[in-house]
Amino acid sequence: MIQDLVVYAVFIGYAIGVLMTFGLLLTWVERKQAAVMSDRIGANRAYFRLPFTQVKLVWWGLFHGIADGVKMLLKEDFRPQPYDWYAYMVAPWVVFTPVLLVFAVIPFGGMLDPGRLFPSLADWFGGRTYPMQIARLDAGLLIVFAFGGMTIIGAMLAGWSSSNKFALLGALRAGSQMISYELVMGLTVLGLILIYGTVDLFDIVAQQSGRTGGLPAWGIVYQPFAATLFMAAAIAENKRIPFDLPEAESELISGYFTEYSAMKMGLFMFAEFIEIAIVAALFTTLFLGGYNLPFMTDAGIVFAGDLVLPMSHGAVVVTQLVVFLVKVLAVASFQILIRWSLPRFRYDQVLMFAWKFMLPLALVNLCVTAVLAWSNHG
Amino acid sequence: MGDALSRKPYQRKVYWNAPTLTWWERVYLFEIMRGLGITGGVFLRNMWRWMTGRKGALTTYYPEETRADYAAGNRGKHILTQRPDGRPQCIACNMCATVCPAQVIEIDAAFDPEDTAHPKSPSRFEIDYSRCIFCGLCVEACPEDAIRMVKEVPELPSMDRDHMWLKMDELLTWKPQRDVAKPYPPKAGGSA
Repeated sequence: MIQDLVVYAVFIGYAIGVLMTFGLLLTWVERKQAAVMSDRIGANRAYFRLPFTQVKLVWWGLFHGIADGVKMLLKEDFRPQPYDWYAYMVAPWVVFTPVLLVFAVIPFGGMLDPGRLFPSLADWFGGRTYPMQIARLDAGLLIVFAFGGMTIIGAMLAGWSSSNKFALLGALRAGSQMISYELVMGLTVLGLILIYGTVDLFDIVAQQSGRTGGLPAWGIVYQPFAATLFMAAAIAENKRIPFDLPEAESELISGYFTEYSAMKMGLFMFAEFIEIAIVAALFTTLFLGGYNLPFMTDAGIVFAGDLVLPMSHGAVVVTQLVVFLVKVLAVASFQILIRWSLPRFRYDQVLMFAWKFMLPLALVNLCVTAVLAWSNHG
Repeated sequence: MGDALSRKPYQRKVYWNAPTLTWWERVYLFEIMRGLGITGGVFLRNMWRWMTGRKGALTTYYPEETRADYAAGNRGKHILTQRPDGRPQCIACNMCATVCPAQVIEIDAAFDPEDTAHPKSPSRFEIDYSRCIFCGLCVEACPEDAIRMVKEVPELPSMDRDHMWLKMDELLTWKPQRDVAKPYPPKAGGSA
Protein backbone atom coordinates (compact mmCIF):
# COMPACT_ATOMS: atom_id res chain seq x y z
CA MET A 1 0.00 0.00 0.00
CA ILE A 2 2.64 2.49 1.08
CA GLN A 3 4.72 1.27 -1.86
CA ASP A 4 1.95 2.31 -4.25
CA LEU A 5 1.84 5.73 -2.65
CA VAL A 6 5.59 6.19 -3.03
CA VAL A 7 5.61 5.08 -6.67
CA TYR A 8 2.65 7.21 -7.66
CA ALA A 9 4.04 10.23 -5.80
CA VAL A 10 7.17 9.83 -7.91
CA PHE A 11 5.07 9.49 -11.08
CA ILE A 12 3.02 12.59 -10.28
CA GLY A 13 6.14 14.57 -9.46
CA TYR A 14 7.73 13.45 -12.71
CA ALA A 15 4.63 14.29 -14.76
CA ILE A 16 4.23 17.76 -13.25
CA GLY A 17 7.94 18.40 -13.62
CA VAL A 18 7.86 17.35 -17.26
CA LEU A 19 4.82 19.48 -18.03
CA MET A 20 6.17 22.59 -16.31
CA THR A 21 9.53 22.13 -17.98
CA PHE A 22 7.86 21.77 -21.34
CA GLY A 23 5.73 24.84 -20.67
CA LEU A 24 8.84 26.89 -19.94
CA LEU A 25 11.00 25.28 -22.58
CA LEU A 26 8.46 25.60 -25.38
CA THR A 27 8.32 29.39 -24.98
CA TRP A 28 12.04 29.33 -25.70
CA VAL A 29 11.74 26.75 -28.49
CA GLU A 30 8.98 28.76 -30.11
CA ARG A 31 11.02 31.97 -30.08
CA LYS A 32 14.24 30.39 -31.22
CA GLN A 33 12.70 28.17 -33.88
CA ALA A 34 10.73 31.06 -35.32
CA ALA A 35 13.90 33.13 -35.36
CA VAL A 36 16.01 30.48 -37.07
CA MET A 37 13.22 29.85 -39.59
CA SER A 38 13.24 33.51 -40.57
CA ASP A 39 17.00 34.15 -40.61
CA ARG A 40 17.04 35.87 -37.24
CA ILE A 41 18.93 35.21 -34.02
CA GLY A 42 16.06 35.30 -31.56
CA ALA A 43 15.76 36.30 -27.95
CA ASN A 44 19.17 36.10 -26.30
CA ARG A 45 19.55 39.05 -23.95
CA ALA A 46 18.42 37.58 -20.63
CA TYR A 47 21.38 36.44 -18.57
CA PHE A 48 22.46 35.30 -15.16
CA ARG A 49 25.55 37.04 -13.86
CA LEU A 50 27.69 34.86 -11.65
CA PRO A 51 27.84 36.62 -8.28
CA PHE A 52 30.90 38.83 -7.69
CA THR A 53 32.11 38.37 -11.28
CA GLN A 54 31.41 39.91 -14.65
CA VAL A 55 30.70 36.47 -16.17
CA LYS A 56 27.28 36.56 -17.81
CA LEU A 57 25.61 33.25 -18.59
CA VAL A 58 23.42 33.68 -21.65
CA TRP A 59 22.96 30.05 -22.72
CA TRP A 60 21.27 30.83 -26.03
CA GLY A 61 18.55 32.85 -24.33
CA LEU A 62 17.26 29.97 -22.20
CA PHE A 63 16.69 32.34 -19.29
CA HIS A 64 14.07 34.33 -21.16
CA GLY A 65 11.41 31.89 -19.97
CA ILE A 66 12.41 32.59 -16.37
CA ALA A 67 12.50 36.31 -17.06
CA ASP A 68 8.96 36.08 -18.46
CA GLY A 69 7.79 34.20 -15.40
CA VAL A 70 9.33 36.71 -13.01
CA LYS A 71 7.85 39.57 -14.97
CA MET A 72 4.37 38.07 -14.91
CA LEU A 73 4.58 37.41 -11.18
CA LEU A 74 5.76 40.93 -10.38
CA LYS A 75 3.48 42.91 -12.68
CA GLU A 76 0.53 44.79 -11.33
CA ASP A 77 -2.53 42.56 -11.40
CA PHE A 78 -4.74 45.12 -13.09
CA ARG A 79 -8.42 44.20 -13.10
CA PRO A 80 -11.36 45.80 -14.82
CA GLN A 81 -14.74 45.91 -13.11
CA PRO A 82 -15.68 42.40 -14.18
CA TYR A 83 -19.25 41.46 -14.96
CA ASP A 84 -19.00 38.45 -12.72
CA TRP A 85 -16.15 38.65 -10.25
CA TYR A 86 -16.11 34.98 -9.31
CA ALA A 87 -16.20 33.72 -12.88
CA TYR A 88 -13.48 36.20 -13.81
CA MET A 89 -11.18 34.97 -11.06
CA VAL A 90 -11.78 31.26 -11.63
CA ALA A 91 -11.59 31.24 -15.45
CA PRO A 92 -7.77 30.97 -15.82
CA TRP A 93 -7.75 27.98 -13.50
CA VAL A 94 -10.60 26.34 -15.40
CA VAL A 95 -8.44 26.61 -18.52
CA PHE A 96 -5.23 25.56 -16.81
CA THR A 97 -6.26 22.62 -14.63
CA PRO A 98 -7.88 20.29 -17.21
CA VAL A 99 -4.82 20.70 -19.42
CA LEU A 100 -2.70 19.24 -16.62
CA LEU A 101 -5.26 16.55 -15.81
CA VAL A 102 -5.20 15.19 -19.37
CA PHE A 103 -1.65 14.06 -18.81
CA ALA A 104 -2.78 11.76 -15.99
CA VAL A 105 -3.85 9.04 -18.40
CA ILE A 106 -1.01 9.38 -20.91
CA PRO A 107 1.63 6.67 -20.38
CA PHE A 108 5.19 7.97 -20.41
CA GLY A 109 6.87 4.58 -19.97
CA GLY A 110 6.23 0.86 -19.97
CA MET A 111 5.69 -1.53 -17.10
CA LEU A 112 7.90 -0.54 -14.18
CA ASP A 113 9.17 -3.21 -11.79
CA PRO A 114 10.80 -1.28 -8.95
CA GLY A 115 12.02 -4.51 -7.37
CA ARG A 116 14.15 -5.29 -10.43
CA LEU A 117 15.29 -1.70 -10.72
CA PHE A 118 16.47 -1.46 -7.09
CA PRO A 119 17.33 -5.01 -5.94
CA SER A 120 17.80 -3.82 -2.34
CA LEU A 121 14.12 -2.84 -2.26
CA ALA A 122 12.90 -6.04 -3.95
CA ASP A 123 11.51 -7.47 -0.72
CA TRP A 124 9.67 -4.30 0.15
CA PHE A 125 8.00 -4.05 -3.25
CA GLY A 126 7.31 -7.78 -3.35
CA GLY A 127 7.11 -8.13 -7.12
CA ARG A 128 4.56 -5.37 -7.70
CA THR A 129 4.68 -3.77 -11.15
CA TYR A 130 3.34 -0.39 -12.16
CA PRO A 131 2.50 0.98 -15.61
CA MET A 132 4.35 4.28 -15.92
CA GLN A 133 1.37 6.60 -16.01
CA ILE A 134 -0.47 8.36 -13.23
CA ALA A 135 -3.80 6.62 -13.68
CA ARG A 136 -4.31 3.56 -15.84
CA LEU A 137 -8.00 3.83 -16.61
CA ASP A 138 -10.09 1.66 -18.90
CA ALA A 139 -11.61 4.84 -20.29
CA GLY A 140 -8.26 6.56 -20.93
CA LEU A 141 -9.03 8.14 -24.27
CA LEU A 142 -12.50 9.18 -23.12
CA ILE A 143 -10.94 10.93 -20.12
CA VAL A 144 -8.67 12.81 -22.49
CA PHE A 145 -11.63 14.11 -24.44
CA ALA A 146 -13.67 14.82 -21.34
CA PHE A 147 -10.98 16.98 -19.78
CA GLY A 148 -9.97 18.46 -23.13
CA GLY A 149 -13.53 19.68 -23.56
CA MET A 150 -13.47 21.46 -20.22
CA THR A 151 -11.07 24.15 -21.40
CA ILE A 152 -13.91 25.55 -23.52
CA ILE A 153 -15.73 26.40 -20.30
CA GLY A 154 -12.77 28.40 -19.07
CA ALA A 155 -12.46 30.34 -22.31
CA MET A 156 -16.19 31.07 -22.35
CA LEU A 157 -16.17 32.12 -18.69
CA ALA A 158 -13.22 34.43 -19.27
CA GLY A 159 -14.81 36.13 -22.24
CA TRP A 160 -18.25 36.36 -20.71
CA SER A 161 -17.21 37.76 -17.34
CA SER A 162 -14.71 40.34 -18.61
CA SER A 163 -17.39 42.85 -19.68
CA ASN A 164 -15.43 43.62 -22.82
CA LYS A 165 -16.88 43.15 -26.27
CA PHE A 166 -13.63 41.92 -27.75
CA ALA A 167 -13.33 39.32 -25.03
CA LEU A 168 -16.94 38.27 -25.59
CA LEU A 169 -16.40 37.95 -29.35
CA GLY A 170 -13.26 35.94 -28.75
CA ALA A 171 -15.09 33.66 -26.34
CA LEU A 172 -17.89 33.08 -28.85
CA ARG A 173 -15.36 32.20 -31.50
CA ALA A 174 -13.47 29.96 -29.11
CA GLY A 175 -16.63 28.14 -28.13
CA SER A 176 -17.88 27.45 -31.65
CA GLN A 177 -14.44 26.57 -32.96
CA MET A 178 -13.44 24.26 -30.15
CA ILE A 179 -16.74 22.39 -30.13
CA SER A 180 -16.55 21.90 -33.91
CA TYR A 181 -13.01 20.60 -33.87
CA GLU A 182 -13.55 18.43 -30.83
CA LEU A 183 -16.06 16.50 -32.91
CA VAL A 184 -13.55 16.01 -35.71
CA MET A 185 -10.88 14.98 -33.24
CA GLY A 186 -13.12 12.37 -31.68
CA LEU A 187 -14.12 10.96 -35.06
CA THR A 188 -10.54 10.62 -36.27
CA VAL A 189 -9.60 8.70 -33.15
CA LEU A 190 -12.59 6.35 -33.53
CA GLY A 191 -10.80 4.63 -36.40
CA LEU A 192 -7.89 3.84 -34.11
CA ILE A 193 -10.23 2.51 -31.45
CA LEU A 194 -11.72 0.18 -34.05
CA ILE A 195 -8.28 -1.13 -34.93
CA TYR A 196 -6.92 -1.51 -31.41
CA GLY A 197 -10.20 -2.53 -29.83
CA THR A 198 -9.56 -0.54 -26.65
CA VAL A 199 -9.48 3.00 -25.32
CA ASP A 200 -6.90 2.18 -22.66
CA LEU A 201 -3.89 4.24 -23.73
CA PHE A 202 -1.38 1.88 -22.13
CA ASP A 203 -2.86 -0.99 -24.12
CA ILE A 204 -2.84 1.07 -27.31
CA VAL A 205 0.88 1.78 -26.93
CA ALA A 206 1.65 -1.85 -26.12
CA GLN A 207 -0.11 -2.91 -29.33
CA GLN A 208 1.99 -0.47 -31.36
CA SER A 209 5.26 -2.17 -30.46
CA GLY A 210 4.63 -4.96 -32.96
CA ARG A 211 5.25 -4.85 -36.68
CA THR A 212 3.07 -4.75 -39.76
CA GLY A 213 4.79 -5.62 -43.00
CA GLY A 214 8.25 -4.12 -42.67
CA LEU A 215 7.01 -1.13 -40.72
CA PRO A 216 6.42 -0.63 -37.02
CA ALA A 217 2.76 -1.11 -36.14
CA TRP A 218 2.29 2.53 -35.34
CA GLY A 219 -1.06 4.27 -35.59
CA ILE A 220 0.27 6.56 -38.29
CA VAL A 221 1.00 3.52 -40.48
CA TYR A 222 -2.53 2.18 -40.09
CA GLN A 223 -4.23 5.56 -40.22
CA PRO A 224 -2.05 8.17 -41.97
CA PHE A 225 -5.12 10.09 -43.05
CA ALA A 226 -6.59 10.17 -39.56
CA ALA A 227 -3.21 11.29 -38.20
CA THR A 228 -3.22 14.32 -40.49
CA LEU A 229 -6.80 15.20 -39.58
CA PHE A 230 -6.09 14.67 -35.89
CA MET A 231 -3.09 16.98 -36.02
CA ALA A 232 -5.07 19.72 -37.77
CA ALA A 233 -7.99 19.36 -35.36
CA ALA A 234 -5.66 19.34 -32.36
CA ILE A 235 -4.00 22.58 -33.45
CA ALA A 236 -7.44 24.11 -33.95
CA GLU A 237 -8.42 22.84 -30.52
CA ASN A 238 -5.34 24.54 -29.09
CA LYS A 239 -6.35 27.81 -30.81
CA ARG A 240 -3.01 28.42 -32.48
CA ILE A 241 -2.24 29.81 -35.91
CA PRO A 242 -3.64 29.00 -38.47
CA PHE A 243 -6.72 28.60 -36.26
CA ASP A 244 -6.08 31.38 -33.73
CA LEU A 245 -9.35 33.16 -34.40
CA PRO A 246 -10.35 33.39 -30.72
CA GLU A 247 -7.38 35.63 -30.01
CA ALA A 248 -6.74 37.13 -33.44
CA GLU A 249 -4.57 40.07 -32.41
CA SER A 250 -5.33 42.16 -35.45
CA GLU A 251 -9.08 41.85 -34.91
CA LEU A 252 -9.77 41.20 -31.23
CA ILE A 253 -6.74 42.64 -29.37
CA SER A 254 -6.18 39.42 -27.45
CA GLY A 255 -9.53 37.68 -27.64
CA TYR A 256 -11.08 36.16 -24.57
CA PHE A 257 -8.22 37.05 -22.23
CA THR A 258 -7.98 40.69 -23.25
CA GLU A 259 -8.87 41.89 -19.76
CA TYR A 260 -6.40 39.69 -17.91
CA SER A 261 -3.01 40.85 -16.81
CA ALA A 262 -0.02 39.61 -14.83
CA MET A 263 -0.07 35.99 -13.76
CA LYS A 264 -3.70 35.40 -14.76
CA MET A 265 -2.77 36.18 -18.33
CA GLY A 266 0.35 34.12 -17.75
CA LEU A 267 -1.81 31.15 -16.82
CA PHE A 268 -3.62 31.36 -20.15
CA MET A 269 -0.32 31.51 -22.01
CA PHE A 270 1.18 28.75 -19.90
CA ALA A 271 -1.87 26.57 -20.50
CA GLU A 272 -1.47 27.13 -24.23
CA PHE A 273 2.16 26.07 -24.19
CA ILE A 274 1.50 23.06 -21.98
CA GLU A 275 -1.30 22.11 -24.32
CA ILE A 276 1.21 22.00 -27.17
CA ALA A 277 3.09 19.40 -25.17
CA ILE A 278 -0.16 17.57 -24.32
CA VAL A 279 -1.21 17.45 -27.96
CA ALA A 280 2.26 16.23 -28.86
CA ALA A 281 2.11 13.56 -26.14
CA LEU A 282 -1.32 12.46 -27.31
CA PHE A 283 -0.20 12.31 -30.93
CA THR A 284 2.87 10.35 -29.89
CA THR A 285 0.79 7.93 -27.85
CA LEU A 286 -1.88 7.36 -30.46
CA PHE A 287 0.05 7.51 -33.71
CA LEU A 288 3.80 7.34 -33.10
CA GLY A 289 4.17 4.26 -30.95
CA GLY A 290 4.21 6.06 -27.62
CA TYR A 291 7.26 5.63 -25.44
CA ASN A 292 8.76 2.74 -27.44
CA LEU A 293 11.41 2.76 -30.09
CA PRO A 294 10.26 1.04 -33.29
CA PHE A 295 9.90 -2.71 -32.75
CA MET A 296 10.66 -2.29 -29.04
CA THR A 297 8.74 -3.96 -26.23
CA ASP A 298 9.26 -4.07 -22.49
CA ALA A 299 11.56 -7.08 -23.03
CA GLY A 300 13.82 -5.49 -25.61
CA ILE A 301 13.98 -4.80 -29.32
CA VAL A 302 12.38 -7.44 -31.53
CA PHE A 303 14.03 -7.73 -34.94
CA ALA A 304 12.61 -9.49 -37.96
CA GLY A 305 12.32 -13.24 -37.58
CA ASP A 306 11.63 -13.08 -33.84
CA LEU A 307 15.25 -12.19 -33.11
CA VAL A 308 15.15 -10.44 -29.75
CA LEU A 309 17.80 -8.07 -28.49
CA PRO A 310 17.21 -8.34 -24.76
CA MET A 311 17.73 -5.23 -22.65
CA SER A 312 18.04 -4.93 -18.90
CA HIS A 313 15.06 -3.48 -17.08
CA GLY A 314 16.91 -0.30 -16.17
CA ALA A 315 17.96 0.28 -19.77
CA VAL A 316 14.41 -0.28 -20.97
CA VAL A 317 12.95 2.19 -18.47
CA VAL A 318 15.51 4.90 -19.25
CA THR A 319 15.13 4.37 -23.00
CA GLN A 320 11.36 4.60 -22.78
CA LEU A 321 11.40 7.78 -20.71
CA VAL A 322 13.92 9.44 -23.04
CA VAL A 323 12.23 8.28 -26.24
CA PHE A 324 8.89 9.62 -25.03
CA LEU A 325 10.36 13.04 -24.28
CA VAL A 326 12.20 13.17 -27.60
CA LYS A 327 9.09 12.23 -29.56
CA VAL A 328 7.00 14.79 -27.70
CA LEU A 329 9.57 17.49 -28.33
CA ALA A 330 9.76 16.59 -32.03
CA VAL A 331 5.97 16.74 -32.47
CA ALA A 332 5.81 20.01 -30.51
CA SER A 333 8.51 21.40 -32.77
CA PHE A 334 6.47 20.33 -35.79
CA GLN A 335 3.46 22.19 -34.38
CA ILE A 336 5.61 25.30 -33.98
CA LEU A 337 6.81 24.86 -37.57
CA ILE A 338 3.17 24.90 -38.68
CA ARG A 339 2.41 27.90 -36.51
CA TRP A 340 5.16 30.00 -38.09
CA SER A 341 4.50 28.89 -41.66
CA LEU A 342 0.79 29.24 -42.33
CA PRO A 343 -1.43 32.32 -42.53
CA ARG A 344 -4.54 32.61 -40.39
CA PHE A 345 -7.89 31.44 -41.73
CA ARG A 346 -10.86 33.74 -41.96
CA TYR A 347 -13.50 32.99 -39.33
CA ASP A 348 -16.11 31.58 -41.71
CA GLN A 349 -13.40 29.49 -43.36
CA VAL A 350 -12.50 27.93 -40.03
CA LEU A 351 -16.01 26.67 -39.36
CA MET A 352 -16.54 25.76 -43.01
CA PHE A 353 -13.30 23.78 -42.89
CA ALA A 354 -14.46 21.90 -39.82
CA TRP A 355 -18.02 21.04 -40.84
CA LYS A 356 -17.84 20.81 -44.63
CA PHE A 357 -14.35 19.41 -45.12
CA MET A 358 -12.85 17.68 -42.12
CA LEU A 359 -16.00 16.17 -40.67
CA PRO A 360 -17.00 14.38 -43.92
CA LEU A 361 -13.41 13.24 -44.42
CA ALA A 362 -13.26 11.92 -40.87
CA LEU A 363 -16.56 10.08 -41.41
CA VAL A 364 -15.31 8.57 -44.68
CA ASN A 365 -12.12 7.52 -42.93
CA LEU A 366 -14.14 5.94 -40.15
CA CYS A 367 -16.39 4.06 -42.60
CA VAL A 368 -13.46 2.71 -44.63
CA THR A 369 -11.68 1.67 -41.45
CA ALA A 370 -14.79 -0.02 -40.14
CA VAL A 371 -15.27 -1.99 -43.38
CA LEU A 372 -11.63 -3.03 -43.50
CA ALA A 373 -11.53 -3.97 -39.83
CA TRP A 374 -14.73 -5.99 -40.25
CA SER A 375 -13.43 -7.81 -43.33
CA ASN A 376 -10.13 -8.58 -41.61
CA HIS A 377 -11.61 -9.94 -38.42
CA GLY A 378 -14.47 -11.73 -40.13
CA MET B 1 -32.11 56.65 -61.23
CA GLY B 2 -33.52 53.54 -62.78
CA ASP B 3 -30.02 52.11 -63.02
CA ALA B 4 -29.18 52.86 -59.44
CA LEU B 5 -32.25 51.20 -58.04
CA SER B 6 -32.51 48.27 -60.43
CA ARG B 7 -32.56 44.93 -58.62
CA LYS B 8 -30.19 43.07 -60.88
CA PRO B 9 -28.24 40.40 -59.04
CA TYR B 10 -24.75 41.43 -58.06
CA GLN B 11 -22.21 40.47 -60.66
CA ARG B 12 -18.76 39.81 -59.34
CA LYS B 13 -16.26 41.64 -61.48
CA VAL B 14 -14.00 39.33 -63.45
CA TYR B 15 -10.43 40.49 -63.73
CA TRP B 16 -8.25 39.50 -66.66
CA ASN B 17 -5.52 38.40 -64.23
CA ALA B 18 -7.77 36.88 -61.59
CA PRO B 19 -5.85 34.22 -59.67
CA THR B 20 -6.88 30.70 -60.52
CA LEU B 21 -6.20 27.64 -58.45
CA THR B 22 -5.57 24.24 -59.91
CA TRP B 23 -7.24 21.34 -58.15
CA TRP B 24 -3.86 20.44 -56.69
CA GLU B 25 -3.64 23.83 -55.01
CA ARG B 26 -7.31 23.68 -54.07
CA VAL B 27 -6.74 20.54 -51.99
CA TYR B 28 -4.44 22.77 -49.92
CA LEU B 29 -2.84 19.91 -48.04
CA PHE B 30 -0.07 19.44 -50.60
CA GLU B 31 0.58 23.15 -50.76
CA ILE B 32 0.80 23.22 -46.97
CA MET B 33 3.35 20.45 -47.10
CA ARG B 34 5.32 22.35 -49.75
CA GLY B 35 5.26 25.46 -47.58
CA LEU B 36 6.32 23.52 -44.51
CA GLY B 37 9.11 22.06 -46.62
CA ILE B 38 10.33 25.55 -47.50
CA THR B 39 10.25 26.91 -43.95
CA GLY B 40 11.60 23.67 -42.51
CA GLY B 41 14.38 23.71 -45.10
CA VAL B 42 15.36 27.24 -44.10
CA PHE B 43 15.30 26.12 -40.47
CA LEU B 44 17.57 23.15 -41.15
CA ARG B 45 19.94 25.22 -43.28
CA ASN B 46 20.31 27.92 -40.64
CA MET B 47 20.55 25.34 -37.88
CA TRP B 48 23.33 23.56 -39.75
CA ARG B 49 25.19 26.85 -40.09
CA TRP B 50 24.87 27.55 -36.36
CA MET B 51 25.99 24.04 -35.47
CA THR B 52 29.06 24.21 -37.70
CA GLY B 53 30.18 27.40 -36.00
CA ARG B 54 28.97 29.81 -38.63
CA LYS B 55 26.32 32.47 -38.43
CA GLY B 56 22.87 31.35 -39.50
CA ALA B 57 21.12 34.69 -39.39
CA LEU B 58 21.10 37.96 -41.27
CA THR B 59 20.84 39.94 -38.05
CA THR B 60 23.72 42.13 -36.99
CA TYR B 61 24.25 41.50 -33.33
CA TYR B 62 24.37 45.18 -32.37
CA PRO B 63 26.17 46.60 -30.40
CA GLU B 64 28.61 43.69 -30.15
CA GLU B 65 28.76 43.64 -33.94
CA THR B 66 28.50 46.52 -36.34
CA ARG B 67 27.74 46.21 -39.99
CA ALA B 68 30.69 46.18 -42.32
CA ASP B 69 28.68 47.83 -45.08
CA TYR B 70 28.12 51.30 -43.67
CA ALA B 71 27.93 53.82 -46.50
CA ALA B 72 31.26 55.27 -47.56
CA GLY B 73 30.00 58.76 -46.79
CA ASN B 74 28.66 57.86 -43.36
CA ARG B 75 29.86 60.15 -40.61
CA GLY B 76 28.64 59.04 -37.23
CA LYS B 77 30.82 60.70 -34.63
CA HIS B 78 32.26 64.10 -33.84
CA ILE B 79 35.86 64.67 -32.84
CA LEU B 80 37.75 67.75 -31.70
CA THR B 81 41.07 68.36 -33.43
CA GLN B 82 44.06 69.08 -31.27
CA ARG B 83 47.01 71.45 -31.16
CA PRO B 84 50.50 69.94 -31.13
CA ASP B 85 50.47 70.07 -27.35
CA GLY B 86 47.25 68.07 -27.18
CA ARG B 87 44.92 70.87 -26.19
CA PRO B 88 41.79 71.32 -28.32
CA GLN B 89 41.99 73.54 -31.36
CA CYS B 90 38.57 74.88 -30.37
CA ILE B 91 38.41 78.58 -29.38
CA ALA B 92 34.95 78.28 -27.78
CA CYS B 93 33.42 80.77 -30.23
CA ASN B 94 30.06 78.94 -29.99
CA MET B 95 29.45 79.11 -33.76
CA CYS B 96 28.80 75.38 -33.98
CA ALA B 97 26.42 75.55 -31.03
CA THR B 98 24.66 78.47 -32.70
CA VAL B 99 24.25 76.82 -36.08
CA CYS B 100 23.26 73.43 -34.69
CA PRO B 101 19.63 72.86 -35.73
CA ALA B 102 19.07 70.32 -32.96
CA GLN B 103 20.80 72.49 -30.34
CA VAL B 104 22.77 69.61 -28.93
CA ILE B 105 26.20 71.25 -28.45
CA GLU B 106 26.99 72.78 -25.10
CA ILE B 107 30.21 74.73 -24.62
CA ASP B 108 31.63 76.42 -21.54
CA ALA B 109 34.56 78.74 -22.29
CA ALA B 110 37.72 79.01 -20.20
CA PHE B 111 40.14 81.96 -20.20
CA ASP B 112 43.90 81.52 -20.01
CA PRO B 113 45.82 84.86 -20.04
CA GLU B 114 49.17 83.06 -20.20
CA ASP B 115 48.43 81.62 -23.67
CA THR B 116 48.43 84.85 -25.64
CA ALA B 117 47.86 83.15 -29.02
CA HIS B 118 44.76 81.27 -27.86
CA PRO B 119 43.46 82.77 -24.65
CA LYS B 120 40.00 81.26 -25.05
CA SER B 121 39.38 77.48 -24.99
CA PRO B 122 36.51 75.19 -24.00
CA SER B 123 36.43 73.96 -20.43
CA ARG B 124 33.41 71.86 -21.23
CA PHE B 125 32.36 70.63 -24.71
CA GLU B 126 29.47 68.16 -24.76
CA ILE B 127 27.28 66.78 -27.50
CA ASP B 128 23.94 65.08 -26.86
CA TYR B 129 23.80 62.14 -29.26
CA SER B 130 20.22 61.33 -28.37
CA ARG B 131 19.16 64.43 -30.28
CA CYS B 132 22.00 64.97 -32.80
CA ILE B 133 20.81 64.64 -36.41
CA PHE B 134 24.31 64.22 -37.88
CA CYS B 135 23.81 67.05 -40.40
CA GLY B 136 27.44 68.19 -40.24
CA LEU B 137 26.58 71.90 -40.04
CA CYS B 138 28.84 72.29 -37.00
CA VAL B 139 31.78 71.13 -39.09
CA GLU B 140 30.98 73.66 -41.80
CA ALA B 141 30.45 76.48 -39.31
CA CYS B 142 33.73 76.02 -37.50
CA PRO B 143 36.27 78.76 -38.43
CA GLU B 144 39.15 76.87 -36.84
CA ASP B 145 38.68 73.34 -38.27
CA ALA B 146 38.31 72.36 -34.63
CA ILE B 147 35.37 69.97 -35.02
CA ARG B 148 35.18 67.24 -37.61
CA MET B 149 33.09 64.15 -38.16
CA VAL B 150 34.62 60.70 -38.59
CA LYS B 151 33.35 57.42 -39.96
CA GLU B 152 33.07 55.57 -36.67
CA VAL B 153 29.96 55.44 -34.56
CA PRO B 154 30.21 56.07 -30.83
CA GLU B 155 29.27 53.28 -28.44
CA LEU B 156 25.94 54.68 -27.45
CA PRO B 157 23.80 51.73 -26.29
CA SER B 158 23.55 51.69 -22.52
CA MET B 159 21.03 51.57 -19.72
CA ASP B 160 21.53 55.25 -18.89
CA ARG B 161 20.35 58.23 -20.89
CA ASP B 162 23.18 60.43 -19.59
CA HIS B 163 25.55 58.10 -21.34
CA MET B 164 24.47 59.60 -24.65
CA TRP B 165 26.25 62.88 -23.86
CA LEU B 166 29.74 62.64 -25.32
CA LYS B 167 32.16 64.61 -23.15
CA MET B 168 35.42 66.30 -24.08
CA ASP B 169 37.64 63.36 -23.10
CA GLU B 170 35.76 61.19 -25.59
CA LEU B 171 35.87 63.87 -28.30
CA LEU B 172 39.62 64.38 -27.91
CA THR B 173 40.58 60.78 -28.65
CA TRP B 174 41.25 61.40 -32.35
CA LYS B 175 44.95 60.83 -33.07
CA PRO B 176 45.35 60.20 -36.81
CA GLN B 177 48.76 59.39 -38.16
CA ARG B 178 48.25 60.62 -41.69
CA ASP B 179 45.77 62.93 -43.41
CA VAL B 180 46.60 63.77 -47.01
CA ALA B 181 44.39 66.83 -47.23
CA LYS B 182 45.52 68.40 -44.00
CA PRO B 183 48.65 67.14 -42.34
CA TYR B 184 47.94 66.65 -38.70
CA PRO B 185 49.11 67.60 -36.19
CA PRO B 186 50.12 70.85 -37.88
CA LYS B 187 53.85 71.45 -37.92
CA ALA B 188 54.98 73.54 -34.99
CA GLY B 189 55.65 77.09 -36.18
CA GLY B 190 53.43 76.68 -39.24
CA SER B 191 50.36 78.81 -39.77
CA ALA B 192 47.77 77.54 -37.32
